[in-house]
Amino acid sequence: MKGMPGARWWKFLLWLLPAAFLLVFFYQPLAAILRLAFSMQAESGGQSFPLGLVADTFVFTFWQAALSTLLTLVVGLPAAYLFSHFEFTGRKFLRIIALLPFILPTVVVAVCFNSLLGPRGWLNVGLMALFHLSEPPIRLLNSLPAILLAHVFYNSSVIIRIVGGAWSRLDRKLTQAAQMLGANPWRVFWEVIFPLLLPAIAGASLLVFLFDFTSFGVVLMLGGPRFATLEVEIYTQALYLFNLPLAGMLSLVQLAFTLLIAWLHNRVSLPRYGKAALSAERANLRRPQTRNEKLFVLLTAVLLIALILLPLLSLVTRSVVSLEADRGARGEAQTGFTLRYYRELFRDTTGSIFYVPPALAVRNSVLYAGAAMLIANVLGLLASYALRYSGRVSRWLEPVLILPLGASAVTLGLGFVIVFRRAPWDALSFPLLIPFAHALVALPLVVRTLLPALRAIPDTLRQAAGTLGAGWMRVFREVDLPLLLRPLLVSMVFAFTISLGEFGASSFLSTGQNPTIPVAIYRYISQPGALNYGQALAMSTILLLVCAAGSLVIEKARLPGEELF
Amino acid sequence: MTLKKLISAALLLLYLTACAGQTPGKQISQLTVMTHDSFAVSAELVAQFEAENQVKVNFIKGGDAGAALNRLILTSLSGAPEADVFYGLDNTFLSRALDNALFDAYDAPALAKISPEFKLDPENRALPINYGDVCINYDKAWFASKGLPLPQSLEELTKPIYKGLLVVENPATSSPGLSFFLASVAEFGETGWQRWWQALKDNGVVIVSDWESAYYTNFSGSSGRGGQPMVVSYASSPAAELIYAETPLEESPTGSIVAEGTCWRQIEFAGILKGTPRRDLAEKFIDFLLSKPFQEDVPLQMFVFPVLPDAALPEDFARASGIPAQSASLDPQLIAAKRDEWVRAWTDLMLK
Repeated sequence: MKGMPGARWWKFLLWLLPAAFLLVFFYQPLAAILRLAFSMQAESGGQSFPLGLVADTFVFTFWQAALSTLLTLVVGLPAAYLFSHFEFTGRKFLRIIALLPFILPTVVVAVCFNSLLGPRGWLNVGLMALFHLSEPPIRLLNSLPAILLAHVFYNSSVIIRIVGGAWSRLDRKLTQAAQMLGANPWRVFWEVIFPLLLPAIAGASLLVFLFDFTSFGVVLMLGGPRFATLEVEIYTQALYLFNLPLAGMLSLVQLAFTLLIAWLHNRVSLPRYGKAALSAERANLRRPQTRNEKLFVLLTAVLLIALILLPLLSLVTRSVVSLEADRGARGEAQTGFTLRYYRELFRDTTGSIFYVPPALAVRNSVLYAGAAMLIANVLGLLASYALRYSGRVSRWLEPVLILPLGASAVTLGLGFVIVFRRAPWDALSFPLLIPFAHALVALPLVVRTLLPALRAIPDTLRQAAGTLGAGWMRVFREVDLPLLLRPLLVSMVFAFTISLGEFGASSFLSTGQNPTIPVAIYRYISQPGALNYGQALAMSTILLLVCAAGSLVIEKARLPGEELF
Repeated sequence: MTLKKLISAALLLLYLTACAGQTPGKQISQLTVMTHDSFAVSAELVAQFEAENQVKVNFIKGGDAGAALNRLILTSLSGAPEADVFYGLDNTFLSRALDNALFDAYDAPALAKISPEFKLDPENRALPINYGDVCINYDKAWFASKGLPLPQSLEELTKPIYKGLLVVENPATSSPGLSFFLASVAEFGETGWQRWWQALKDNGVVIVSDWESAYYTNFSGSSGRGGQPMVVSYASSPAAELIYAETPLEESPTGSIVAEGTCWRQIEFAGILKGTPRRDLAEKFIDFLLSKPFQEDVPLQMFVFPVLPDAALPEDFARASGIPAQSASLDPQLIAAKRDEWVRAWTDLMLK
């Protein structure tokens, strides 16, 4: 073991917390629910599974995820290049915007897309007026393109943040050397940059693929009833048809495949070309100079604006614009600016016990997200160090850490319900249970973000520090931490935003106490009425603002004495 | 901000979260009530109940009616149930709950006043609390501008003039979707519904997964301003459109089609879960659900009708809610026996 003092028990200590966490909060509930499912199967005389259904669902799940990942890379990689290399007006704004879709509940994304692309969305209304059409020309909702578009919308920021982060840390001297030796830009990219970026690209693609592979809300709500991923089928089987054995079987297929993918990924993503030299993030930023560079910046920014900013903007606009002035003459929409929806949020009109004052919802969301961020990052850092120093074993351990991403939210949620339902373990008496559940979803992302960065730190640096007499704590603080800070902030932002938007397995733990912003959004949008609709959109806008503010604060963090900004 | 400050702030949040759930006064007993997602009640009434009975009531929202029930069955299979009382079981799932022996019987005194049409469980394990109808809602302005007559039966929906005008929810993933489907089975019989749905499919019916998409994305009468002027929703949704209108309206922008056989009557039940150690508190809570104050609270909180005959209805609610001429219904036993088979057949017919 290099760079770290002491014996094997150190490694053991590093593993202790993350392993205990996963055992208690992931493997225990999962085992409980699967055991129950399969004991029901045995009781019912072991009827056979409809293998055709399982196979068809799997095939669709796989290829829609592969296609979505590919498209996300097509958008994400140029954007990662953009943010890691160029300084331009609005750079910071656009970077934060790209992150926001990540937290939006699917119901709200459906509303975004509908108000932009729906039958009476802006685009269709505009095109119909322009070309005098009687039917809306774009019919996107309830189709495969809607699923793909939503996946790109949701996940581009994973590529942007992880690959962009790695790209900005590449030392320019390497590319300059290659250029000086006469390599053209393509050759520089394929032979120098790409190999060095491969761990980050592969890691980010894996995450995006798994998000798409386990996609639920997008497929159910935007894809419509003709499409079902494994996760949607598990939901229908477990909660509507009460065919728990089949749901358990589908969950196992999903888990096994996740494990396989994570293992394969682990084989390709190890750095093969030595360590990339590192530089501070901002050093590589410059204004676009040549005409090609300017064109690239412009086109990529326009793409991001069209794909991400416009749907968000249509949501925000819709939350301050009234379209309901006179329903009788709704032919031409009568619009007017209004803050009514926001004002109504603060008014408890029905006196319902479930009314959530917006300030309280924001407080609860921020509390949970901050706690989840800390838990996920402490555990993720420990796990990353453990993996870094586990040598060959890490090939087997890393996939196990990724597994929570592949677990079905419904299955895990039901497992939570079985295991954590009585004091002192239920969320009523143990409020940290919910941030723990959020951290479970964030942990794989944290590890995927930190591990490549950790592996990229040359051991020679640590050895030099050690030779000069620095203890391991000092090596961590003065060698590792400065180099890890950027990736650590990326993973903190991810954990924070995941927790803000999480509405999967952890929603099974909700006790009605401490309602969060997504809970409040659902309460409004599940009722008819113009005010309810408007308030759901206003609440969603607040969620966007909280997320943007939170990630700005986190990104501003720096080491004492450090002057990067 | 330095990293140190950020971490201190996060630690503080962690601490605050850990403290957030500490309820003072542990000696007070707790009653846990599992409900479906649409449950709502005035805070004032609950506070009164809590004060009178020295109890803290915790409500757990367990998903929509079907999901919450299945969750309860699951937890009672693996030991004791998650809650003491379940509210929100409906007649489409009644038999599943009773077959799984989820409830203990309770002959609540208030039952004497309630009409027998609501008391579907003669043993009083599931007690009726409220009812409502799943009906087609229509966009008034749209129908007026086209000068189109409203369909007067399910059969008429297959006429070419209504081509592509109706959006329905998938019965496999939506509770109103299932209700509407059952109305069609009641209307056309166990052998006839497939023909009707086929005709509806040929007439361009739009199918989505959930009520939110149907109502807010597809329905033209809602704020989502979608493409279909008819949607499967509740008879009381027009009342909600009126009460939650942006500017005070004379009448609701939407209406319910209440012609005979087009609506499905949903009755919602509550029951005391078997194995609760707080049987007497659970009984008191059921009495509370059947009491006049709660019954009168139900219309504006959940947009459903109270089962108690002498509970008064708020004026706007009574005015805008559609009252079906004759709602469809089926024997709960038949539903329990055939539902999954029917839904599978429907899926094969409509979605494949």
